[in-house]
Formats: sequence, structure tokens, C-alpha cells
Amino acid sequence: MRAYRALISARFRMLLQYRAAAIGGIGTQLFFGLAMIMAYEAFYRSSSAAQPMSYRDIVTYVWLGQAFLAMLPWNVDTDLRALIRSGAVAYEMLRPMDLYWAWYCRALALRIAPTLLRAIPVVTLAMLFLGMHLPPTPASAAAWALGMLGSLFLGCAFTMLMNISLLWTISGEGITTLIPALVLVCSGMNIPLPLFPAWAQRILYWLPFRGLIDVPFRLYLGEIPPGEAGPLFLQQMAWTAALILAGRWLLSRGKRRLIVQGG
Amino acid sequence: MRDALYLYGRYISASVRGQMAYKASFIMLTLGHFVITGIEFITIIVLFARFGTLEGWSIAEVSVFYGLVAITFSLSDAAARGFDLFADMIKAGDFDRLLVRPRATALQLAGQELTLRRIGRFTQGLVVFLWGASQLHLAWNAARIALTLAAILGGACLFYGIIVLQATLAFWTTETLEIVNSVTYGGVQTTQYPLAIYRQEFQRFFTYVIPLACTCYFPIVAILGRPDPLGSPEWFRWVSPAVGVLFLVLSLQVWKVGVRHYTSTGS
Repeated sequence: MRAYRALISARFRMLLQYRAAAIGGIGTQLFFGLAMIMAYEAFYRSSSAAQPMSYRDIVTYVWLGQAFLAMLPWNVDTDLRALIRSGAVAYEMLRPMDLYWAWYCRALALRIAPTLLRAIPVVTLAMLFLGMHLPPTPASAAAWALGMLGSLFLGCAFTMLMNISLLWTISGEGITTLIPALVLVCSGMNIPLPLFPAWAQRILYWLPFRGLIDVPFRLYLGEIPPGEAGPLFLQQMAWTAALILAGRWLLSRGKRRLIVQGG
Repeated sequence: MRDALYLYGRYISASVRGQMAYKASFIMLTLGHFVITGIEFITIIVLFARFGTLEGWSIAEVSVFYGLVAITFSLSDAAARGFDLFADMIKAGDFDRLLVRPRATALQLAGQELTLRRIGRFTQGLVVFLWGASQLHLAWNAARIALTLAAILGGACLFYGIIVLQATLAFWTTETLEIVNSVTYGGVQTTQYPLAIYRQEFQRFFTYVIPLACTCYFPIVAILGRPDPLGSPEWFRWVSPAVGVLFLVLSLQVWKVGVRHYTSTGS
């Protein structure tokens, strides 16, 4: 256990080095958030029909999305890609640790470090100047925090699937671009799921992507009351477990067929 | 000039042959880009299904905006790979090699690569554009076709100019400034809807500071043949794509200043 903890903290410190990039990232994030909000503003002005989410909630939703964008499984571990390309991945296999969990710990650091750097300033600025609101009740806030934790573990399980896919496709641009695109649409990152047509919602609510954004963000807004969070957390955990099992199975297959190119 | 064009042609044909060496991988990547950019368009479909209209603009009209921006950006993105990776070149000290060759540095960078897989986004934009245009039953006379082509050319030049400016900044900062992505990717995201729907500060920014409106809004309003809610004069909508070309010319001048300022990192 200590080894895994050390792995997380070492990766974490390494990733926190990129502070200048984070500051630039915050500006970009604010810009995208503003553009999205203005588009919603125009759409809400265009229709007088009652909408499943209020404009006020949409604003908060968009800023949450911009703040926690880095937590979504949108990229692979580039160092792992380099290891796999160079063949140095063989050393990884010699370590007296379970390979899946060791890489999973790297994924945790990969998701948490940039999120911390971006989320705090984006949320602060959005709360002060850009119309973001606090959760309506402490219970909603607590449910949101739990949901985010679940989202983190689920997101890392997705990241692992992408990482492991690199063992098959050396350039790794197939699955590693497809999963993020699916995540953006199906998790509710691009548009909140309640705005989808009813038939699409029925499908999307079954898929694993929902646990990444839709569940925690709507808990934050109080749009899903904290009392109804239980089954959603269970679903989140069940998908996390399923993806971890799938990842472990793929990794063991990938390890067996791995040919290390000497040189 | 002819010599430069010839050289550019040689660069590009080498780059194309290189990418075609792995045909299967190329086809997969291109298809992948087509699907992924297609997923983006779902956002617009869902929002129109929910709200019906965007301040009087229909989904077909927005498709024309969306499609043309995608086409425009994919063209400049494909041709500007060299400038995109320029910051890494500075860090590694590789730019020195370009300086000792007896050709313009901008030409050498432009010739680094023509990224063919961008054809995925290009095709997706084209499909959306053609769908939108066919729904609107526009009368396609020579003037409209010419204006469409001019808007694409002007827009590609404008995006190219932004990427050149971003690369130029690396002479001072030695790293890519992510904030500039607000203008490139953010510009694409913004102009996929008609600029008229945004708040005034945004409209001003994309008209006077980064004149994306001149290639991705005004000419398209003229192509659609509808009145402009922003009240631009009719003649201006027909000549505005020229601003994009002008922007690129200016960016290349700034680039020259940057080159003069350059000191090697020596690594």
C-alpha cells in the first residue's frame, strides 16, 4: 500500500510543476465557459416553453464543467505511451506491484493534480463575477462531494482502458480519441442530459458516462435531491467495478502478447 | 516567388508520401476524425430539438455557419502543423538549422507537413454545410459561389495568421501559450453560431481585435441572403473576406520581427 501511495504523491508533485500552463488554461477555460453561456442565453431567449433546467442552473452547470474538465478521462498518460513505444514498459512489469493498480495510481495523479490547479481559481472567479451559485443545501453539497469522488474513480477506470489500448495500437490514436469524444457528449459535459430528447435520455441514463458529470453536477444543483442519490452512487460504483475488471482482463491479455523490441 | 512555390510543392509532396506510407493507419485516423467531429454536431442537433430556433436562425442556417467554419479551420490546421510545433523547435534549438538555409523561415515551417487526416473534419464540415445549404434552397449563382470560396480562403488565411502569431510569441516565451487557443479553438466554437447571438463585447472582440466575423459571419449572412441583425452595410459583407488575407500578411510581418529578435536557447 505504501508503494502505491508513494507513486501517487511522486506523480502528483511532478504534474504540479506545470503551473504556468495552468494559468493559461484558466483563461482559456473562462473564455469557453463564457461563449457557452452566451449561446445558452440566446437559446433560452428563443423559446418561451418551460425547460427541464433553468438558465440560472445552466450557468452554474457550465462553470462546474469548466472547473472540472481536467478530471474527465480526455487524455492518456503520455509518459506511459512513451514507455510502451520505447519498450521500457518491460521494466514496469518487473516491479513488485500489481501493474493495473500501479498505473491506476498514476491515473489518479493525472486527474487530480491539474484539476486542483484549475478548479479552485475557476470556481472562485465564476462565483465572484460570473454568476455561479453555491449548492442550495449542505446536504446537496455533501452529495456532490461524494459524487465527485465516485466520478474520479470512474474516470480513472476509463483512463486505464485508454492507457491499456496503447499496448495494441502503437500510435494509439483510435480508442484514445474515440473515448473522449463519447465522454464529452454522453456524460453531459457538452449539454446537460436533461436537455436531450426523452428517448435519448433513457439510453444515456444506463451508460457508464453518466456517473462522470451528470450525477455529481445535478446533485450540486439540487436538481437531483440528495435523498435520491443512493441508487445513482450504486450505479456509478457498479460501472467503475465493471470497467476495472474489463481493464484488468485486457491488461493481462496485453501483457501476454507483448513483444518487447530490443534496442 | 516561383522558386518558393516549387519548393513548397516539393515539401508537401514529401510530407504526403510519408503519411501515405501507412495507408491503413491513415484511413483509420481520418475516419476517426470524421466521426469525432461529427459527434460535436450532435450538440447543435440536441439544442435545436429542445429550443426550436436560435433567435430567429434555423438549424439549416446554423449548419451553414458551422460547416464553413469547420472547412476553413481544417484547411489552415492541416497546413500550419510546422507553426503548431514551433515552440518545441525553439526549446530544442532546432530553429537554428532553419536559419542557416537560404530560404524564408516561414516557408520552411509551412512546408513541414500537410496534415492529411484533417480531411476528416473538412469532410464533416462539408457534409453539414451541404445539408444546410440544400435545406435553404439558396439560388447558387456565380457571385454566391465566389463569395463562399472567398470566405473559405479568407478564413483559412485568418486562422493561419493567428497560428503564426502564436508561434511568433514563442520567440519571447519559448513555450506555446495555451491562452491563444481561446482564439483558435475558441474562435471555431464561437463562430459556429451566428455572431449576432452573442453579447456585444464578444462581437466587438471578434470583429475588431481578431476579425473572425469578417470571414465567418458577414460573408455568410450575404450568402444566406438575409438582413444582418448587426446592421453591417451590404457591400461590406461582400468584401470582408479580404480582411483575412490582410491579417495573414500582417502576421507574417510580425513573424519577421520575431525572427530578428531570436536568440538560440543553445540546447
